[in-house]
Amino acid sequence: MSSRRSRISEEEIAELLSKLQSLLPEARRRGASRASAAKLLKETCNYIRSLHREVDDLSDRLSEMMATMDLDSAQAEIIRSLFRP
Amino acid sequence: MESKSFTTGNRDNPNTDLHGSKNMMASHFLRALFRIQQTSTSSSSFAGRSRRIRRAAYASMAYSAGARRAWSRALLRKLRSRARLRFPRRLSRTARPQRRDMDQAQVLRKLVPGGPSMDYCKLLEETADYIRCLTTQVRLMQTVMDSISSYAHHPMIP
Repeated sequence: MSSRRSRISEEEIAELLSKLQSLLPEARRRGASRASAAKLLKETCNYIRSLHREVDDLSDRLSEMMATMDLDSAQAEIIRSLFRP
Repeated sequence: MESKSFTTGNRDNPNTDLHGSKNMMASHFLRALFRIQQTSTSSSSFAGRSRRIRRAAYASMAYSAGARRAWSRALLRKLRSRARLRFPRRLSRTARPQRRDMDQAQVLRKLVPGGPSMDYCKLLEETADYIRCLTTQVRLMQTVMDSISSYAHHPMIP
């Protein structure tokens, strides 16, 4: 394998990792030093797990609301809040 | 989680934060939600309805990303097979300490749909898109919830 090719791949991977870091909540701190790849991947896994849990939780809560409330009357309000320019 | 607007995204990262197809996701999810309410009877179980809503959430994510992404293609396959949608919840307890990034990549592969067949580079790329889509879906659901409850407390007078 040529060393040049592996160098380019390393840069590519570094860029992809940096992009991932910018998507994590903690990364929004300005001037955060670049985390190690292992730490970054671990944080990424934790974040995805927490997002999956949020989807579960919000599904439960929406189900609860739908048991007692009528979506149709709130329809205009829902659409407005989602598609406001 | 801090609340962020579904329409404007995060002030710091307005372009990278929300997924490009957020409007499509919202339309799809809303239609599914109304359909679920219409077909829900008083005897429908809370858990059953919750499962349908959860499934609609992942469906709207998958359909809006469509065939463009490996993760959405894998998710669509799973949805169409009618198999139960399951993601690993806890850290896998292995005897080996998970120090190297390759081991963490394996953990990540189980969390991103289609992960097992992706090489490292592809995995990182797909993960970023998957995260953007997930956060958009979460905010979408939050916004729907907020507007339903605010309507319930302040119904508009026709």
